[in-house]
Amino acid sequence: MTISPSSIEQVIPGQGAMAQPSARARRRRFRFVANAKAATGLVVLGVYALLAVIGPWIAPYDPDARSADVLQAPSTRHWFGTTHLGQDIFSQILVGARSVMVVGLIAGVLATVLSILIGVTAGYLGGAADESLSALSNVFLVIPALPLIIIVASLVDQAGDLLVALIIGLTSWAWGARVLRAQTLSLRRRDYVEAARATGERTWRIIGFEILPNLTAIIASGFVGTVIFAVMSEITLAFIGISSVSSWNWGTILFWAQGQQALAQGAWWWFVPAGLAIALLGTALALINFGIDEFVSPRLRTGGRTRIRTADGRTVRMRVGFTPVLAPRAAPVPMQDTREDRTS
Amino acid sequence: MRFLLQRVAFYLFTAWAAITLNFFIPRIVPGDPVQSLISRNQGRISADAIASLRVLFGLDSDRNLWEQYVAYWGQLLHGDLGLSFTFFPAPVSEVIGSSLPWTVGLVGVTTIVSFLLGTALGVGAGWRRGSWIDGLLPATTFLSSIPYFWLGLVAIALFAGPGSFFPSSGGYEPGLVPAFDAYFIPSALQHSILPAATILVSSMSGWILSMRNMMVTVSSEDYITVAHAKGLSERRVALSYAARNALLPNVSGFALSLGFIVGGTLLVEIVFSYPGLGFQLFQAVGSKDYPLMQGIFLIITISVLVANLLADVAYLLLDPRTRKS
Repeated sequence: MTISPSSIEQVIPGQGAMAQPSARARRRRFRFVANAKAATGLVVLGVYALLAVIGPWIAPYDPDARSADVLQAPSTRHWFGTTHLGQDIFSQILVGARSVMVVGLIAGVLATVLSILIGVTAGYLGGAADESLSALSNVFLVIPALPLIIIVASLVDQAGDLLVALIIGLTSWAWGARVLRAQTLSLRRRDYVEAARATGERTWRIIGFEILPNLTAIIASGFVGTVIFAVMSEITLAFIGISSVSSWNWGTILFWAQGQQALAQGAWWWFVPAGLAIALLGTALALINFGIDEFVSPRLRTGGRTRIRTADGRTVRMRVGFTPVLAPRAAPVPMQDTREDRTS
Repeated sequence: MRFLLQRVAFYLFTAWAAITLNFFIPRIVPGDPVQSLISRNQGRISADAIASLRVLFGLDSDRNLWEQYVAYWGQLLHGDLGLSFTFFPAPVSEVIGSSLPWTVGLVGVTTIVSFLLGTALGVGAGWRRGSWIDGLLPATTFLSSIPYFWLGLVAIALFAGPGSFFPSSGGYEPGLVPAFDAYFIPSALQHSILPAATILVSSMSGWILSMRNMMVTVSSEDYITVAHAKGLSERRVALSYAARNALLPNVSGFALSLGFIVGGTLLVEIVFSYPGLGFQLFQAVGSKDYPLMQGIFLIITISVLVANLLADVAYLLLDPRTRKS
């Protein structure tokens, strides 16, 4: 028995439009944004992107400038308080946003391009090429990435943003490659790909125009995942003092907070804002990823009404695969799968 | 059996790749940081130790690459990882040997507990899709987006402090000697509660989510409907039919992501000054102790490979299909 599409529509009211072919292309194009999780994530990410661009301009103080206000709690003059040198933490956070976003973006793009090249090639070509490329990505998957990044970055003296991004990008493509390979394997024997091959399309064209468009969601979710990992890794590198301590990012703030015993001095404002900024960015990216997952596989959606009153007045918990007879106003169509879930 | 042999072969290959990577990294990176370390400690290091460091970091440029590679392997097989500069004259292997049990105890145990706990919660959340547990998912997402080390900092600020039950740093009471006795064990446990809780809170949500999604997918399969139709109890269908099958991808996912998890959890040790590999790596980075760093990377990688192999054995036990051929 397969799930009838109608049961999904009943479980999730208001989502029925998804299954109906819409004549208006405009509406279909923005369907993804209609998902509440994805929309929230995109809005938050947009704010971060904006801060990355204008942050250094709107920062009220120079993040390096020392002042007489040493180690002060948040006030109207210093929104997030000050450091042991009287530096304004709010300005440091604003200025640091750019470095975090840039490293995340560069590493994400690099890793995504590598994963497409390796994963799709392996999945499409098959045979010995597949064997060796999968072995390569499995090796990179199993080797602990963060210690490797730490080793490489520490050998280079005072690694800058670009170098850190390159190191992270070059070491974190394996997961995406693995997922893409699996999906390509299942696509390459589909009828439309066979048809393209039969009409004599070139291999690069089949990959680029027949297969890649169908991998868009997976590529997007892989990209978002890599950005999360890259941001975390960059902040970690800065926190343990490997990358350049002179340029500001949120890890650098935490590095100084840890080094100056902010905890022992009770200076919670020194490390709380940076951590929350990281967590909020991570959550926004994760929400976008959930949105993509649910967009691709509607079953995963949460929420919606799952307890429904049936014709005989009892409540039933909806579950995929079961279609209870609904309240009287629904047409009394005999349904075979009707069953009550008494435990709920 | 064939499945297991294939996996063992793959892990041996990966171990070889990691060691080769370790061989090439210091040779590719410009500059010779180790050379400067040696010259700074001139006269304090024995000639033997200098010779072994030269082999490990490719300073004997009069030999060609292949000879260097063979000499490197010969030295590794003797268990000689060079000399640690942080814990001067102690050899790297000794330093690692003293900190490995701490990491295995803390990171190993909490990773497994987090997987089991997260999976169990995921079974519940997936089977009752749309119940209140789904409402908790965004909260767990937020928790898993927090860097482990930052959560550790907050935990110290909130729970540890003068007069608190939870110590804020170290692996045991300073005056004690590590031994299996009535004084040391309780102290070690007391010191590990806070770091372990930190790791649990931030690593569990991933398992909850992946298990939930697998349960949702599995519960629409035909055999679940058949199980219901047979009149089996709800509990039996959920656990023996749906969860058992949903567990398989989660176990293989666990094996694959071990490398990521271990990397993150090592940082918790730094925040708590826990005497494990992560804290040692941090100290090595601080004092530019390259031999110790490379040794730790090698040991972490090999531990992860062993853990992977164990996860594969678990998979073998759970999935009869892999045993058939």
